[in-house]
Formats: sequence, C-alpha cells, structure tokens
Amino acid sequence: MKRVDGRTPEDLRPIEAKAGVIKNAEGSGYFKIGKTWAYATVYGPKEIVPRFMMRPDKGILKVNYNMMPFSGQGERVRPGPNRRARELSLVSEKALASVLDLTKFKNSGVEVFIELPQTDAGSRCAGICAASIALADAGFVMKDMVAAVAVGRVKGEVVVDLSYEEEADETDGGAVDTAMAMVPSSEEVTLLQMDGQVTKEELMKAINMGKEACKKIAEIQREAIKNKYAVGDLR
Amino acid sequence: MSKLLIEDKEVVVPGQIVAEGMDYLPSYGTYRLGENILANRVGVVSLDGKVIKTIPLSGKYIARRNDVIIGQVFDIMSSGWRLKINSPYTAMIPVKDGSFEFIPRGADLSRYYQIDDYVVCKVTNITSQNLIDLSARGQGLHKLRGGRVVYINTHKVPRVIGKKGSMVSMIKQATGCKIVVGQNGVVWLSGEDPKLENLAVRTIEKIDRESHISGLTDRIKLFLEEETGTTLEIPKEDLSDEEIEAVNFEDSEENLSFEEHNNNSNEEKYEDE
Repeated sequence: MKRVDGRTPEDLRPIEAKAGVIKNAEGSGYFKIGKTWAYATVYGPKEIVPRFMMRPDKGILKVNYNMMPFSGQGERVRPGPNRRARELSLVSEKALASVLDLTKFKNSGVEVFIELPQTDAGSRCAGICAASIALADAGFVMKDMVAAVAVGRVKGEVVVDLSYEEEADETDGGAVDTAMAMVPSSEEVTLLQMDGQVTKEELMKAINMGKEACKKIAEIQREAIKNKYAVGDLR
Repeated sequence: MSKLLIEDKEVVVPGQIVAEGMDYLPSYGTYRLGENILANRVGVVSLDGKVIKTIPLSGKYIARRNDVIIGQVFDIMSSGWRLKINSPYTAMIPVKDGSFEFIPRGADLSRYYQIDDYVVCKVTNITSQNLIDLSARGQGLHKLRGGRVVYINTHKVPRVIGKKGSMVSMIKQATGCKIVVGQNGVVWLSGEDPKLENLAVRTIEKIDRESHISGLTDRIKLFLEEETGTTLEIPKEDLSDEEIEAVNFEDSEENLSFEEHNNNSNEEKYEDE
C-alpha cells in the first residue's frame, strides 16, 4: 500500500545532513527530514550557570529545544520556552546523555541549542539527530551517534517517519505516533514516547521497523561528519 | 578471522566499526563492543601494529603538566592573576611564580600583568578538580606586548609548529613575523608589515583547516611562495611530509613519555627565537 505522499511503510522522508554549518560554535549540525529542518549548535565545555548545577564528578549536558516563531503550520509559534519545549528539551537531553562521556569535564557543562526553522512532524527526532551530529563534530567522546525517528500506525498500517498529514489522520482509530531514539551499535533505546492507542503487537512491530530506520539515519549522520573533512578544493 | 575495515589516516566518526575480531586492540578514540572495535570520537586513524587509535580533529584544550601556553589575564587577586586559557577551566599564576623579580607582600600586582595582557606561561600543576597553576618564571616565558592573537584548534598546534619547528620557521621566514604558538591553540604574532602579518594569519588558519589532508608542508610552502613572490629555502629533510605527520601524531597523544616532553619543550624554545 502506498502512503499519502507515495512512500512505502519503511520509507523515510528525504534526508539531508551536514556538519560544521555554524562556525562560531564548537560544533554544529544540520538535519533536514522532509519539511522538518533542525539546526543544532554545541557550546562548551564551559562554566554553567546557575553554578549549583555543575557537578564535581562529571560534566553536565544542557539541551535547549526551540521552535522558531515562523516555523509552524501558518500560525505563529509564540517565542520562548513553553511547557512543550521544556519537555522536549528534557527528553532530548536524556536521549543524548547516555552516549556522551563527560567524566573529563568535571565542574563544567556542555550546552546544546536545537533550533527549528521549519517543522512538519518529528521535530524532536530531527533535533536529536542534528544535536548528535553537532556533539560529534565538537569532538566529544561518545559511544555512538544517536539516531531518532518517529514510528506509528496510520490508517491501520504500521509505518515509519510520519508526516504531519499522517499524524493528524483520524480514520481507523486515529494515528499512533511514537517518537524513538536509539544508539545503533548497541540497539539501546534512549527515547520512547507515545501518543494514541495501540496493541502490543503493533507497537513491537513499529519499534522493530524504527530500529532499522535509525540504523539508516545513523549512516547518513556519520557521512555528514565525514563530508566535512573530505578533500575538497584546497585553493 | 580479524579484519580491518579502515585505512591508516582515514577520518572515522563515533560508532563506526573500525575492525572486526579480537586480533586488534583498541586505544585512544576507540573501544571494544563485543567482537568489534568502534570509534568513539571524530578523528584520524593511526595504526601501530595491532593497536588502533585515533588522533582527534576537534575539541577543547585540556591542560597537561609542562605545557607552554598563552593565557589572557582577566582577574587580579591578592594571591595572583587569573587567566583565560582557551579551555573549559581558568588558570592561576600565583604571586611567587609571577616574575623573576621579587614581588613584595602587598605590591600592586597590576604593575606586572594588567587585565587583558597575554602571557606565555607553563602549566606547573593540575589538581583532580581541574584547578590549574601556571608559572611565568622560566626560559622563554614572558608577557606579550603588541602584536595580535589568533585562536586555532589545540589539536592542530603540532602541525602549525611542524617537525622540530619547521612549519613555524617557514612562516617566519616568509613573513618576517615573530610567532609564539601556545599548546592551548592561542597563537600570538607580530610583524612590521601589516600585509605580511595578515598573510601569516591566513597561513595559520589554512593549516588549521587543512592539516588532516596529506601533503601539508608542500602546500603551505607553495601558498607562501605564491603570496610573497619569493622562493623559500627549506632543508630537504623537512620536506618528507609522511615523517612529519608521524612525529606530530605522537606529540598530540594524551600521555607523552618523558622524552617526548623534552622534544616538546625544545619546540617551544624554538618559537621564541
């Protein structure tokens, strides 16, 4: 069966990824999946305010997720942190923290800023993918990249990487949208959030499809970083 | 059967499988997961027999003992000067290590180093909580007057210096600038001719950008010759780029042996003319 935009259930939207796009940052990443665009920058390790957040045994990670005012579907997104942005900052932070080794940076912290100039669906996943490129670009010791994708059920069928149109679908019990992030090498799931009603079988099938998709995404992320160091025009 | 999946000097990224099987050993920048060896940071592979390690391409400076660095004073306290050293942590020059002169108790410390001054100094001690002590007493350690400062990646410093200082002396020869390179990626330079000073800055930035691509020395030599319109004399042995890379890769390793430390300080002396 074809999906609304002509994809098969396993297909991802077209992806474009780059590293080192923002020169002032210690590391940066760009991840575009379909109509969702995410930029991520990494600053630090540096002193973190408020100072009580710093820990004497290891560095801390602070992630800030932000949708730009013009990024939505026509309606202006009110700027500044809201309930949703704070939640997504927190889950992105947890999703990334498990691969990072910050034991060398005690009493300091790393700040990651995820900015979304345009959003369609799966913005937290795109943000995590961009942030993971940025962290690797900044030279941090990390076990692996973190790849993220949304999986779910649309019109009774399990699919990966839902677009906004699919996510908003209400036929056949409504769409199920499950955002997941995974460490590809160990298949460790670092983010799993769900919206909608789903059976156990459907969920397990969706997660397994998501794992395959995450591995594909991780390859694209790694390629993006390698391209930054490719032998180009030296003049 | 063990299998190597990458070539020497290839760029690897976190999570990339660099070797399969138990015959290879992971070192800096790699780790073992099951039967495989994976990279855990962005870097250039350096193979040493069965040992696989990577040389980082990015990341902030982490101070090591005996490093000669350039810091900028940002605070003066009764016990000494605090310096920014292009690192997550700040460092301190205690009064007793501030100068060869005797500094009496209660003296006005801004007479020696003022806020915003750049100082070439040496790391004397680092505590487990990353409190860094510096000394400005020692050969080649001094305050920097005038000139300008360029920040580069700390991991590219060995390439800017070159084998036994060959790269930095080539830039000096071509531009007539005085150059001091700190291990922390702070480069100070000063020249008579602003155009040549600019050229020196561009050359250093070029090295920072392109050092992971082979043939660096030749490329920089060509670049300087084209820009200045002169021919540069370089001792022949310094032109073997392969060898230079090998030596510098050793320098950027995390725990230097005592001998290598000595080599390092020789290089530093070299810069100061």
